[in-house]
Amino acid sequence: MNLFFQQIINGLTLGSIYGLVALGLTLVYGILHVPNFAHGALYMVGAFMSYFFMVDLGVHYWVAMAGSAGVIAVLAILCERLVFHPLRNSPPIHDKIAAIGILLFLEAVVQMFWGSDFRRMTSPFTGIMNFDGLIIPEQRLLIIVAAFVLVFVLQMFLRKTMTGATIIAMAQSREGAFLVGIDANRVAMMTFAISGALAAIAATLYAPINLVYPAMGHLVIMKAFVIIILGGMGSIPGAIVGGMIIGFAEAFGGFYISTAYKDIIAFGLLVLILSARPQGLFAKGAH
Amino acid sequence: MLKVEHLTKMFGGLAAVNDVSVEFEAGKINAIIGPNGAGKSTFFNLISGMHQPTSGRILLDGADVTQMPSDQVARLGVGRTFQTTNLFEQATVVDNLIVGHRLRTKSGLWDVLINSKRLQREEKAARDKAMEALDFVGLTHVAGQFIADITQEERKRVAFALALATDPKIVLLDEPAAGVNPEETEGFAALMRKMVDNGLTVCLIEHKMDMIMSLADKIMVLDHGEKIAEGTPEEVRNNPVVIEAYLGGEDDVAA
Amino acid sequence: MLFKLGSLLMKPGAKMAMLAFALVFPFLASNEYQVYVMASAFVWAIAVYGLNIITGYCGQLNLAHGGFFAIGAYTLGLLTADAGWSFWPAFVAALLVTAALGFLVGVVSLRLKEHYFAIFTLCVGFIIYLLIDKWEELTHGPIGVRDIAAPYGFGVVDFTETTPFYYLVLAFLVFSIWFMSRLSRSLLGRTFIAIRNGDELAQSLGINLMRNKVMAFVLSTTYAGLAGALYAGMVRFIGPEEANIVHTFDMITYLLVGGIGTLTGPLLGTVGIVWITQSLQFLEEYRMIIFGPLLVILVIFFPRGITGQFLTWMHHKAQSIAPANKRKESKVVNTQRREVENNA
Repeated sequence: MNLFFQQIINGLTLGSIYGLVALGLTLVYGILHVPNFAHGALYMVGAFMSYFFMVDLGVHYWVAMAGSAGVIAVLAILCERLVFHPLRNSPPIHDKIAAIGILLFLEAVVQMFWGSDFRRMTSPFTGIMNFDGLIIPEQRLLIIVAAFVLVFVLQMFLRKTMTGATIIAMAQSREGAFLVGIDANRVAMMTFAISGALAAIAATLYAPINLVYPAMGHLVIMKAFVIIILGGMGSIPGAIVGGMIIGFAEAFGGFYISTAYKDIIAFGLLVLILSARPQGLFAKGAH
Repeated sequence: MLKVEHLTKMFGGLAAVNDVSVEFEAGKINAIIGPNGAGKSTFFNLISGMHQPTSGRILLDGADVTQMPSDQVARLGVGRTFQTTNLFEQATVVDNLIVGHRLRTKSGLWDVLINSKRLQREEKAARDKAMEALDFVGLTHVAGQFIADITQEERKRVAFALALATDPKIVLLDEPAAGVNPEETEGFAALMRKMVDNGLTVCLIEHKMDMIMSLADKIMVLDHGEKIAEGTPEEVRNNPVVIEAYLGGEDDVAA
Repeated sequence: MLFKLGSLLMKPGAKMAMLAFALVFPFLASNEYQVYVMASAFVWAIAVYGLNIITGYCGQLNLAHGGFFAIGAYTLGLLTADAGWSFWPAFVAALLVTAALGFLVGVVSLRLKEHYFAIFTLCVGFIIYLLIDKWEELTHGPIGVRDIAAPYGFGVVDFTETTPFYYLVLAFLVFSIWFMSRLSRSLLGRTFIAIRNGDELAQSLGINLMRNKVMAFVLSTTYAGLAGALYAGMVRFIGPEEANIVHTFDMITYLLVGGIGTLTGPLLGTVGIVWITQSLQFLEEYRMIIFGPLLVILVIFFPRGITGQFLTWMHHKAQSIAPANKRKESKVVNTQRREVENNA
């Protein structure tokens, strides 16, 4: 029974991380209809930034996380301005290829500075909590709590502030938003900034129980894509629910079926679902 | 020619086209008008097989084409143009048109591999057809130019030529005169008359009322997915329901 | 002056000259290693031609292409090393396997449009990698496959030597390009381009989307399988890294630099970049610092790469000369058209 609960904790942890990454991806897709293949690279650079702040500058974990979120937000804005904005009217494969270009560039830069070694990042939350035999490492608890807080804050921002409302308006109808005088450029930059910051925070949360290395974004981004296809591209609740589905599927699948193949579960699920429903699980209609 | 019976298309819970019945006669210019969002484009998409209707029937020369996918509908002789047409910008006009006749050819991979007689014959036929269509729309002089280098009006004519190269019996034109000046609009009207004179049936969606009133043989008016009027330009112009729909609706069509 | 140089390059003679250069290259090369590098560039070029069919002509960004390359390589490797087949039967089997798997994947994935297709194939590519890496009973996992058979030759020709193998690869490359030139000019190739211009427009022209897209996809995976099988026969030792997504990204770079949707682009882009990376050894590891931004700049400013840019420029040159020589006009346009077709 305890092992079962352990898997629930694992599923929640994974689901939280995937959900945060997918959230950023889905926001950008909702606004610009760009599948940002570079999002995983932003996640990876976010982890390295935190690592850099903590190890080389010696700042506290929380400060490093905030600094990293800021840096990645700026980086994401740069990507939007320099790459995606000029390509907004290009044929559909161009923005995807450009996103791949960004991904390759960021990975190579990180590799140049830090090499391709696996690095361990510490966190102040190394303790283990024991609830009557149910063992929860503090970092995992932190991830789950932080994810819930972030999603709550983001919801508040989108629902209660003017800027948030414009983001939602634009996600629903680009032309409509343009007609009522929304500054599309500002909204696009804002969305990229939020998406980048979420990726950096997710990376900083997850790095202490995983490792930091240049290719760390590959799997995460691909799973995030699976999640937003499952949850409907552009849908915020879909990203969170989808994240949890994949998180739990991996935790339980990895435990009860096979650890070696646990990474295939998400992709297998996607192939199965898209084979049956080409428009995704929750999508009302294909775009 | 083209007969539509009780055609309905639901998107979610909303009827984009609701119980529309109409008949387009051969050799006539049939126009569909209506305020924005009246379901005109959806109606076209249903006839051309791009969307499947929720209920109702579509008969082309008596044959039921209701559930047919759009490529088969095209093969039966329904050509169409779109509001915007993406073409291969860095290829010549005639190169872009050759594929228009593809649906009348049969060559496959094997013909390509052995460069069969059939392939050669069909490619020549397709090229001739492209030149013929280009001549019809009066663009022979730009045949060798890149699409990227021709004017907006010429692009629209190329889109016409592409539809004509499919050897259609009926052509559906989606706002053929949108975004062109009055002089050019007259040119497109003349082109449509020429199509009819050559035995084609024309069906168009258009917002330019002056053009429609002088051009169309028959007009159908859609509003909120329903047919609210049908008849000659004269009848439609004086129909109180139509006037009401337009005064209460968008003003860009009241010209 | 440049224009003359340009029209020189466009002439059929230029193709003969390129072929002649490829034929004498082993004698010009200063060492065997250079011949080996050129042979491997040709192998990748074949794969890039495959990618060009589905992505360049048909407009569907296939991110599983490297995966199919690996399937071709592994089919040949496992059949010769483990099942004891000899090279040529295994080679044919590799083509059949990639074509069959291409058909299966195509039938499912091509129902998806644009972004969904790209993401789906990205996942397919990753599944292929994971299967090769984890399915140790079949693939030996991370250890890889050793002792892959080399193609046996005929009489005195021994394909285990670098130079004869180079000619073998060259023969396949020439065949690949020849078929591609046939295809791109044919009604079938035009059908693919019509699909690239837009699904709805293509359907309104009576084109069956699914049948044509699947055909383009199977052709492209077969090209990838061909290249993969040749690769396995050349290096004789393969591992899961062959299925790394990075190879797909590399091929996209080659294709984009050379000119996506053009006939000479894949060859120019692949051979050019392979040699540039070779000659700047330090680039090997960090090549993406240059190629990443290069990809971005290309899609923003020169979306059709070197060849596409060149063809456009040539066309405008011809157009501006044409009115000056009214009498020659139609002739210039006609030859120009033929040339564009030959290369588009």
